[in-house]
Amino acid sequence: MIRDITIGQYYPAKSILHRLDPRVKLVSTLLYLISLFLFRSISGYLVATLFLVCIIRMSKVPLSYIVKGLKPIIMLLLITVLFNLFLTRDGDVLAHFWIFTITEGGLVTAVFMAVRLIYLIIGSSLMTFTTTPGELTDGLEDLLKPLNRIKVPVHEVAMMMSIALRFIPILLEETDKIMKAQIARGADLESGNMIQRAKSMIPILVPLFVSAFRRANDLALAMEARCYHGGEGRTKMKPLRYHTRDFVTYVVVVVYVIAVFVIGRYVPLHIWIF
Amino acid sequence: MSIKLEHINYIYSEGTAYEKHALKDVNLEIRDGEFVGVIGHTGSGKSTLIQHLNGLLKASSGALYFNGRNVYEEGYPMKELRSQVGLVFQYPEYQLFEADVMTDVCFGPKNQGLSPEECKERAMEALKLVGLKEKYYQSSPFELSGGQKRRAAIAGVLAMRPKVLVLDEPTAGLDPKGRDEILGQIASLHKASGLTVILVSHSMEDIARYADRIIVMDHGKVRYNDTPKHVFTHYMELEKMGLAAPQVTYIMHDLREHGLSVTTDVTTVEEAADQIMQALEMKQ
Repeated sequence: MIRDITIGQYYPAKSILHRLDPRVKLVSTLLYLISLFLFRSISGYLVATLFLVCIIRMSKVPLSYIVKGLKPIIMLLLITVLFNLFLTRDGDVLAHFWIFTITEGGLVTAVFMAVRLIYLIIGSSLMTFTTTPGELTDGLEDLLKPLNRIKVPVHEVAMMMSIALRFIPILLEETDKIMKAQIARGADLESGNMIQRAKSMIPILVPLFVSAFRRANDLALAMEARCYHGGEGRTKMKPLRYHTRDFVTYVVVVVYVIAVFVIGRYVPLHIWIF
Repeated sequence: MSIKLEHINYIYSEGTAYEKHALKDVNLEIRDGEFVGVIGHTGSGKSTLIQHLNGLLKASSGALYFNGRNVYEEGYPMKELRSQVGLVFQYPEYQLFEADVMTDVCFGPKNQGLSPEECKERAMEALKLVGLKEKYYQSSPFELSGGQKRRAAIAGVLAMRPKVLVLDEPTAGLDPKGRDEILGQIASLHKASGLTVILVSHSMEDIARYADRIIVMDHGKVRYNDTPKHVFTHYMELEKMGLAAPQVTYIMHDLREHGLSVTTDVTTVEEAADQIMQALEMKQ
């Protein structure tokens, strides 16, 4: 049941994306996310979709696995769509009932916003699917290094992030175990109204918190036992190094961003053709 | 009263890179009043197997019968099954959550829909059975020692008065005294009330001492399903699976090799002592 949550988890496979330098993936993901907001026309969406499809293909992560990762954000998506649909007043009125009005502009904004959000999530989860938490942290630390000058504890932030990421599967597994144990004791987690259901979470949340603290404590002890003292003077076992494929990727991504910007702005393929 | 597994297969995360075939065509029957031991190396499918017994995991294929009724058929009362088959997980103390031990042990009976008085009565009975001292009943479960927490957690399952008790390594991480006490209490409960017990353990000594029958799991398959005496004669094969026979079995083999005429299918220390005494008397 709870094992099925896939968002933010690493998916082992052998692909070009898996082999890329994490810094490239981080920067590319950021550029991709920005690129999604550079256009308003359908031609721009076509380019972005094409790019995303290519990336998904290259990553060798099964599409069903990626789609499963979208499940937790369905609620958020729905709310966004509804707000955009009913609150945007733009263009011709398509439908009107009681206090709700759906306009052409609202419909278009709602659909585009949903697509944008989905692309956003897929784009960023592709990064976590193809990058181990360790690589991700290394990459982030390296990219944020300049901030060290203004006294931002970059290494510590990166370490915290990697621990947080590492703990996601552990805590999920722990939750699964505790849930099963309580179900075995006859706990009913599914039926009842909101309040009853919230109440029935107590037997799961209390042991989960206790165990999270216990694990944090153990980890802190283990780190200290290995003389961890923060980032100062710490060297890496696998220092990050750029390869040709990494530079090629940078070029490809920059070309994509320019393409999306230019095509999205100057190729007039609007869908206001109702 | 019996649990019957027919051609049970279980696959974790089917269709992803994490796919794992954890149970392969498992056929078993657990009869009323038996004390069954389950052994197997880490990752052999023991824990997956026992989670099928109370319906926490649903087999990918195959059928599970409880008292002759197929558990996987539409509308089977799962809650009923779970109160009949009590499952004590590994490190069960991590599931304690209430403010005091008493209330925590009452959680199970309360879910069964019993009145507060009845819950309390059952909780008292269960706590006595596991040998937890009365002065701890009102203390927070988080203040107890490891062994006491373990007892409280086991009591939490016993308070539901299951007909079948499944224990997944109930003595892991306990000292020898705590281990013997807990297993002894479970064994005497088995004798006194005819409780069916299924015990998963890594200790061959414990299994040999208490179980009437041993199920050996290896890579998701049932390799042996026989009395301790028979299973432990295969000690060479067991070793290949990363298991072993009880230490006395090895001693008896060695003694025989050195010329003492003892039988080698001995699995407990008491039996071994008898055998050696007999052999020595014969020699004189």
